[in-house]
Amino acid sequence: MSDLETTSAPSAAPSAGESGPPAAHTQLKKVKKQKVLLMGKSGSGKSSMRSIIFSNYLARDTRRLGATIDIDLSHVKFLGNLTLNLWDCGGQEAFMENYLSQQRAHVFSNVGVLIYVFDIESRDVERDLATYVNIISALVQYSREAKVFVLIHKMDLVQPITREDVFDQRAALVRRKTAEAVAIMHKAKPELQQQQRLPTHPRMTSPTLEPDIDLQLFATSIWDQSLYKAWASIIHDLVPNLAVIETQLASLGVAIDADEILLFERTSFLVVSKWASREGDRNPYGDRFERMSNILKSWKHTCSKYTGTPRNAEQFSDFEYKMGTTFSMFATKFTTNTYILVCMPPGEARFNSAKLNVAAARTWFKFLDGPAVPAAASIPGAGGVMSSPHMIAGTPSTYAADWRMAAPSD
Amino acid sequence: MEFQVWDFPGQIDIFDNPNFTFDMDAIFGEIGALIWVIDAQDDYLEAVARLNTTILHLQRSYPHINIEVFIHKVDGLSDDYRLDIQRDVTIRIQDELSDQGIENAPVNFHLTSIYNHSIFEAFSKVIQKLIPRLGQLEAMLTNLCRTCRFEKAYLFDVNTKIYIATDSTPADMASYEICSDYVDVIIDFTEVYGSWPRSQQWRDRLEAEPWCQPLEDQVACEWAESGMVLADARRPIMLREVDRFLALVAIMKEGSYDKMPQINMNVDVVVKGLTEFFEITKPKEAVVGAGVVGAGGGAGTSGAGPGNGATTGAGRMVTPGVVQG
Ligand SMILES: Nc1nc2c(ncn2[C@@H]2O[C@H](COP(=O)(O)OP(=O)(O)OP(=O)(O)O)[C@@H](O)[C@H]2O)c(=O)[nH]1
Ligand SMILES: Nc1nc2c(ncn2[C@@H]2O[C@H](COP(=O)(O)OP(=O)(O)O)[C@@H](O)[C@H]2O)c(=O)[nH]1
Ligand SMILES: [Mg+2]
Repeated sequence: MSDLETTSAPSAAPSAGESGPPAAHTQLKKVKKQKVLLMGKSGSGKSSMRSIIFSNYLARDTRRLGATIDIDLSHVKFLGNLTLNLWDCGGQEAFMENYLSQQRAHVFSNVGVLIYVFDIESRDVERDLATYVNIISALVQYSREAKVFVLIHKMDLVQPITREDVFDQRAALVRRKTAEAVAIMHKAKPELQQQQRLPTHPRMTSPTLEPDIDLQLFATSIWDQSLYKAWASIIHDLVPNLAVIETQLASLGVAIDADEILLFERTSFLVVSKWASREGDRNPYGDRFERMSNILKSWKHTCSKYTGTPRNAEQFSDFEYKMGTTFSMFATKFTTNTYILVCMPPGEARFNSAKLNVAAARTWFKFLDGPAVPAAASIPGAGGVMSSPHMIAGTPSTYAADWRMAAPSD
Repeated sequence: MEFQVWDFPGQIDIFDNPNFTFDMDAIFGEIGALIWVIDAQDDYLEAVARLNTTILHLQRSYPHINIEVFIHKVDGLSDDYRLDIQRDVTIRIQDELSDQGIENAPVNFHLTSIYNHSIFEAFSKVIQKLIPRLGQLEAMLTNLCRTCRFEKAYLFDVNTKIYIATDSTPADMASYEICSDYVDVIIDFTEVYGSWPRSQQWRDRLEAEPWCQPLEDQVACEWAESGMVLADARRPIMLREVDRFLALVAIMKEGSYDKMPQINMNVDVVVKGLTEFFEITKPKEAVVGAGVVGAGGGAGTSGAGPGNGATTGAGRMVTPGVVQG
């Protein structure tokens, strides 16, 4: 998947091989462009979601959005090295027919991700599904490696106790329809069958008709954090150098003795990567990542209202919270494009050294800020050594050690 | 301190209804404030007329009760129009009262809406009038602001986000909003990271080499403390938990974040003072009722209050007595 752009349009994404070692997983790729289709019936909430996630709208601001005419194209820069070409496709029937006929090749080729939104309140489920099947067929025809995310949206309008059931039912239905659509396409174009099967996704349970397509479903609403969960998953697989980020974050976590670290993209506040210690993993709040996105983003709104600065501007630079002997945490501007949230065990000395170490570790994450920094220079000994926790810990852990020595006598 | 909120049905005239026998003394004898909600988006003349009758009743038998008029749902209205309504309602009530020979009745007016923080601010002001020795609390906060160069300090009831005291500089909605939202942020973080027990191994490891100290000795402050620097003017915000129910939140002046150690010392002193203040107040267990009366169905009282029953102070939590219509 991460190589989609390279396979479909080789010239667009030059490999970073020239600046780094050839080991594929440690390569730092240059700017990657991803075509993301946002589709679904008119009024299902596509533009609302996009505006909240990428343009800092409040949920209630979306009531003012008008229906999207034709396709609203936007380029979202995500971190330094990913550009999302977001195709927000107006969902009125006439437009949909047009995408499927005249504009078919234009719309459906080179797609990296299709996000399809179902309005849970919609009365005409059969018809919605029929349209969906047509879209999937077109997608399989032109971009058979595209990932599909189906969002069952406006779940806030469903009674909380029945939400899970309603979602499960609808999800099963969508899976079945997806599989059928893919099967029909295969029959019509047998050559498609020769493609290699993608690894089975754990969420897919349909025993007989397993769709030959990477499909993930989410229950979402703009009125709670579920939106952030879905969108974090969507961007998660698109972020270049994810393996590197994760390794580095883990090294940092171990070096500073943290219980949890979350890395957020600075505008959307989506969680890009996370790490937790063994104790941190015991946290019973499984939804905490999207919750943190939601909390910090609405805090950003509060600040922008108070300071009178634009919503997209930076709102806070440093936050700390120490809760006695339970835990400590801090959230701070990290690299140009990211914020970092660190949850620590209690203790003044531990906390202070962690803050210093996180500041010192910034340079090791510079590559998050874009292709301007030559890959090899941004990470000492990039390639091979990277996976060793000692590498990044180099400077920081020396620091940590110093602090530890000093701590007991304080 | 405990407050009970009684939510009255709006359709019923409790002073003149044979089917509805309230024990007037039981209700109003102990009550501290009566909140009357007027729907500003509706025709309010009848509501004002009924409010007048009510005020006259109360003034005769229970003149100590503060009457707090919430002109509610002003979110849809322009600023000018809001003030017009407030003026109009005020005049209608004052005229009626002076016609009846009543001057200086304790009637106050608040413009409120649930779509911003105004409803919390209004409730805060209602509650503050009922707090004994409020002046002393305010003096402590004013002092703190002077010594620490704070722009503004609020003492919050954490559960309801009502502020029960602030320093002497005029309270403004903007600083209240950001401080109140800050409390929210802290509550959320506390729930996610602070509300589940850590394992014994975790603790053992943290107390072992090279620390060799119980966690209690490794922390500087036993209560929750927090600070945040805003990006633009660099005006930091700080929060300090006073006890399970109260938190001190202050907006600091530019550049004062560097002086955090001294500030913390001053805050320590004030927090100690506050704790003592509430320790003294506690044994009295003063129950002050704040009656909420909706004027006509749908004026929007049920959901409007910042939690039914503002439990303030170091007392235990009680289920507020709520009369449901
Ligand atoms: N209750 C509820 N309403 C939502 C939610 N998401 C969006 N809406 C509302 O749905 C309406 C339509 O949203 P849009 O985002 O404009 O819909 P769209 O899918 O872009 O529609 P087209 O542009 O015509 O295709 C708006 O009034 C939103 O406020 C949700 O999660 N819950
Ligand atoms: N526009 C607006 N509507 C409000 C406001 N407060 C409450 N409402 C609405 O008014 C309706 C009646 O509210 P409710 O609390 O049940 O009224 P009660 O009969 O007085 O208790 C509800 O639909 C609320 O959503 C407000 O500040 N602004
Ligand atoms: Mg739209």
